[in-house]
Amino acid sequence: MQNAIDHIVCGAAICKFYTDETLFTVIEFQHVNKWYGSLHVLRDIQLKIERGEVVVVCGPSGSGKSTLIRCINRLEPIQSGEILVDGRQLSDPRLDLRALRTEIGFVFQQFNLYPHMTALHNITLAPMKVKGLARAEAEKFALALLERVGMQDKAGAYPANLSGGQQQRVAIARALAMQPKIMLFDEPTSALDPEMINEVLEVMTNLAKEGMTMAVVTHEMGFARQVAHRVIFMDEGQLIEQESPETFFKAPKSPRTKLFLSKILSH
Amino acid sequence: MRYQFDWSVLWSGQTGQWLLQGISTTLEISVLAWLLAGVLGTLSGALRTAGPRPFSALSAFYVEFFRNVPLLVWMFFWYFGIPLLLPRLAQDWLFAHGAEFWAGMFALGVYHGARFSEVIRSGIQSIPKTQLEAALSTGLTVTQAYRFVIIPIALRLLIPPITNESLNLLKNSSVALTIGVAELTFQTRQIETYTAKAFEALTAGTLIYLVLCLGLSAFMAVLEKRCAIPGLIARVTPAEH
Repeated sequence: MQNAIDHIVCGAAICKFYTDETLFTVIEFQHVNKWYGSLHVLRDIQLKIERGEVVVVCGPSGSGKSTLIRCINRLEPIQSGEILVDGRQLSDPRLDLRALRTEIGFVFQQFNLYPHMTALHNITLAPMKVKGLARAEAEKFALALLERVGMQDKAGAYPANLSGGQQQRVAIARALAMQPKIMLFDEPTSALDPEMINEVLEVMTNLAKEGMTMAVVTHEMGFARQVAHRVIFMDEGQLIEQESPETFFKAPKSPRTKLFLSKILSH
Repeated sequence: MRYQFDWSVLWSGQTGQWLLQGISTTLEISVLAWLLAGVLGTLSGALRTAGPRPFSALSAFYVEFFRNVPLLVWMFFWYFGIPLLLPRLAQDWLFAHGAEFWAGMFALGVYHGARFSEVIRSGIQSIPKTQLEAALSTGLTVTQAYRFVIIPIALRLLIPPITNESLNLLKNSSVALTIGVAELTFQTRQIETYTAKAFEALTAGTLIYLVLCLGLSAFMAVLEKRCAIPGLIARVTPAEH
């Protein structure tokens, strides 16, 4: 456990840990299709995300981007195709879904903190109940995580007494508490006031620098430009374009991407 | 002829004893039945929202079966009916060891469990699904997510209707007098028969139920305040009008 804390607290160690690994696909979509009733929300998605890569997914609302990342930890089932996470097929009936989910941190638009628990207990719940850590150990680790997201002073606060940005930072700490290999973010700043967006993006940027594999659904194009290794554009359930941020913003290929960018980058 | 009041029958000698025993039996049967109802109601309410199909179907059956038959009929069923299915020796043992108490307790607990179940289900269904998803995505199982997140939130939201049902349970324990459980109503009737002081006995019974129920209400109100989830509307303050 002490090792784990060192890992989390000291970013450099993580960075080394990840860069030493050879490039390796951690998430792979193979011809994935998904329907909600008759609505075809994911159309023949093919996508690979490498270890340590930060991928930003953008697109108009209803384009399937949230659904895309919700499929990765099987919050949503798919109807055809296959998704592989760390080489494991999500359709495998023998898949240990619980073990898989501990390796994937998920951050929601609406934070979804447990309202009846303090910030600290929000973070210690899963390590204690899933990994069986003792309370003292879990709390020590949780405090280190809170410090990492700049929330060490609010350990005893209930979610309702925290601002949106603070709640989201606690939610990120909660997801990190299981020491995931992958972090998924579903519009993490969309429910936040403008002045709180940066405090959350800063935490995410630090995570990215430490080498965390991340898939981020967001409209924050500044974050995409500065932090992402790759930007994906989706529309009507299709993956239209995937490029490096430079190419994506300067020379998008698809007319739909151009139209989308012209709407959201109004200057 | 004028009615002669004699309030002393409530505290003197044999009749005073009866009254005390009645209160104690009412409390015993109510507390045990409440625990049974709480366990059955929480389990079946939770299973109806999350259980594998056979379990949710079983829970639905339980609720519909038990809440749609009068409590009085259940009391008779558990006291006169069920023991007949048991071997002779077990029957003899039961009737020698207060069968009416256990039958009454089961009838009361199982009947109110069915009603609790619907309260719990409505509470669980008022919680956004994303709350469950957040718990599952940290690796908790559905059972753990229910146990540590969903049900604790639901129970806090449900204290007022749970109080309502608990008061009903306490008052309905009086139905057990029909199968011979010597609870409070039974004892007030006995005092009345024995002393012919109907007014005193029934006044005592009325007031004791009132005090017990008010006590329970007050306790639940304190519990509600102490367990309140920060950030939910407890009461709109004058400034907010």
